[in-house]
Amino acid sequence: MAAALLESLLTRRDALPPPRAAAAAALLRDGLPGARDEAWKYTSLRALEQRRYAAGDAGAATRAVDPAAFALPGIGAPRLVFVNGAFRADLSDLAEAPGLALTPLGTRPDLLAALARSDAAATGAAARGQAFLRLADALAADGALLRVAAGARVESPVHLVFLGAAADADLAWQLRLRVELGEGAALRLVEHHVAGGENAHLGNVVAEHVLAPGARLDLVQIQDAAPSSTLIRSSSARLEREARLSAHAVEVGAQTQRHDLRVELAGAGARFVSRGVFALRGRQHADTHLDVRHDARDTASDVVWRGVADQRARGVFHGAITVAKGADGADAQLGNKNLLLSPQAEIDTQPVLEIHADEVKAAHGATVGQLDELALFYLRSRGLPREAARRVLVSAFCGAALAGLQPAALRERLDALLAARLPSEAVPT
Amino acid sequence: MLKIDNLHVRVAGKDILKGLSLEAKAGEVHAIMGPNGAGKSTLGNVLAGREGYEVVQGAITFDGRDLLALEPEERAAAGVFLAFQYPVEIPGVNNTYFLRAALNAQRKQRGEPELDSMQFLKKVREKLAVLHLKDELLHRAVNEGFSGGEKKRNEIFQMALLEPRLAILDETDSGLDIDALKMVADGVNAMRDPARAFLVITHYQRLLDYIVPDVVHVLADGRIVESGDKSLAHRLEEHGYAWIAGRKLAGAA
Repeated sequence: MAAALLESLLTRRDALPPPRAAAAAALLRDGLPGARDEAWKYTSLRALEQRRYAAGDAGAATRAVDPAAFALPGIGAPRLVFVNGAFRADLSDLAEAPGLALTPLGTRPDLLAALARSDAAATGAAARGQAFLRLADALAADGALLRVAAGARVESPVHLVFLGAAADADLAWQLRLRVELGEGAALRLVEHHVAGGENAHLGNVVAEHVLAPGARLDLVQIQDAAPSSTLIRSSSARLEREARLSAHAVEVGAQTQRHDLRVELAGAGARFVSRGVFALRGRQHADTHLDVRHDARDTASDVVWRGVADQRARGVFHGAITVAKGADGADAQLGNKNLLLSPQAEIDTQPVLEIHADEVKAAHGATVGQLDELALFYLRSRGLPREAARRVLVSAFCGAALAGLQPAALRERLDALLAARLPSEAVPT
Repeated sequence: MLKIDNLHVRVAGKDILKGLSLEAKAGEVHAIMGPNGAGKSTLGNVLAGREGYEVVQGAITFDGRDLLALEPEERAAAGVFLAFQYPVEIPGVNNTYFLRAALNAQRKQRGEPELDSMQFLKKVREKLAVLHLKDELLHRAVNEGFSGGEKKRNEIFQMALLEPRLAILDETDSGLDIDALKMVADGVNAMRDPARAFLVITHYQRLLDYIVPDVVHVLADGRIVESGDKSLAHRLEEHGYAWIAGRKLAGAA
């Protein structure tokens, strides 16, 4: 028996074209992952499963949105804005840049169907694991295709805005994003999830990034969605020879968020650098799954993540690195440090290293701790009030995740965004 | 300025200070000497307000105020400064940013106007010159990757910048070579002032050749067992702390 969530979303499944109908049928058959599925052990979907959402927003085209909600310093056009899952030309700016092609997918059902990725024949945990992919395959009605021609180096960062706006009902929307970089191409991309008013929507975003040999993608992912919303994101990247992906992630929004980031280092010399931080409070729940695969020689991954949880928040970090047989010369580094600011907060971290090659440099470490009392005393003994001292220490802790982020104005904004969230309130003494 | 009366302090269930009394007036330099484990660092930490130090008896007044009732940051604003025996490394916090935030937090609490970055930098340059510290230290994270000597000099630099009324130096000489020791002493001597008092906690007499104290106290087993002028430090150096213990026994008998 399918749960309320899927029933409410897939009522008109019979009207779907073939590849989409197959995804919908498979999803209804296999359902969502549950407690028995290792990858979802810390994130229960039981409550979500019982909720009903309206599929898509009929009024998305006319919702009033203040552009200030998504303005970022140092980031201008090109910009694509999606409101409640639908592309908004009036808020976007498809400024032309040599070698860059931007295609909103709302009017291209052919492309959306071609991007369907889920495997309807999968069974068991593998099938449940791709539930949200299937959901996007079945229902995604919009999204974007970004193509950078071989050799083109796009100067201005592309700003992708996913905004949840207040609506009469709780909405579920699906978006599909595909980014293709030709040989030697370079692109900077800001993926920005943001709230345009209170809402408890369910957003589901599937993003694929494909980097041809020598391509370079600088990706900044900012997740500042509405505090009551649910956000599921599956990002993947495939890097060919000598391609390079540098990704920064700041996750502070949503009530419940799940972010899967799968990176395939498919070509020799491909390199992935990831810096990220989640900062949670209240009853927020964030589950980040990083899955890095070294499939070729002399590939490198360098992952540094920070997590902070205050009040009753719950954070999960799963960092898996697999070095395939024959991927000699691989260099895999993963460090994850977490900070609990309250006795009720919880963070689970799981570094997993699986190595099948012989000549490999690999290191991983993970910690969960509290603010250093001695450091706190040191700062206070110099005159900083307790709350200011706590903020200084938390901000410094998160700072490692923002190192190297360009432009500097954006880094400062994100630093301020983190500082504004944590620590939450004065602790009674 | 500072009056400590019959102070009893317990740390992790263990009695460390057992009736310590001491009075220091503005303009004076008091040296506190004593063997390891006598309670010297405990005294510094209690004065600065570190948690985990339980005052079970006694009182501390500073300019007539009950020091024990104040939070560490309030003590700092009132003019208390502790130069740590082991300065804390704080990765990710820029030294200059930290110092300006600290100084302005103190000034704000005292109702004084905050310094803008130009005024602050001017002050910083003056103080750096006195301590022969490199500009470069300012751009690094607080104490991160500093050598032992750099950390101690950074403490004295902070002291110079914050201009406390009561400066407590907790074994600032430990781990310093003779050149660094002289720089630290120069920094302290430059700050000697009729309105300022120093408590110089040390294990060795060596530092007191450079920072000449007005009063020397011997702290043993949680109490001041002997006080005198600077010659007391020399006698200690000559005879060792066992000599004090012997005299104590003789006195008790």
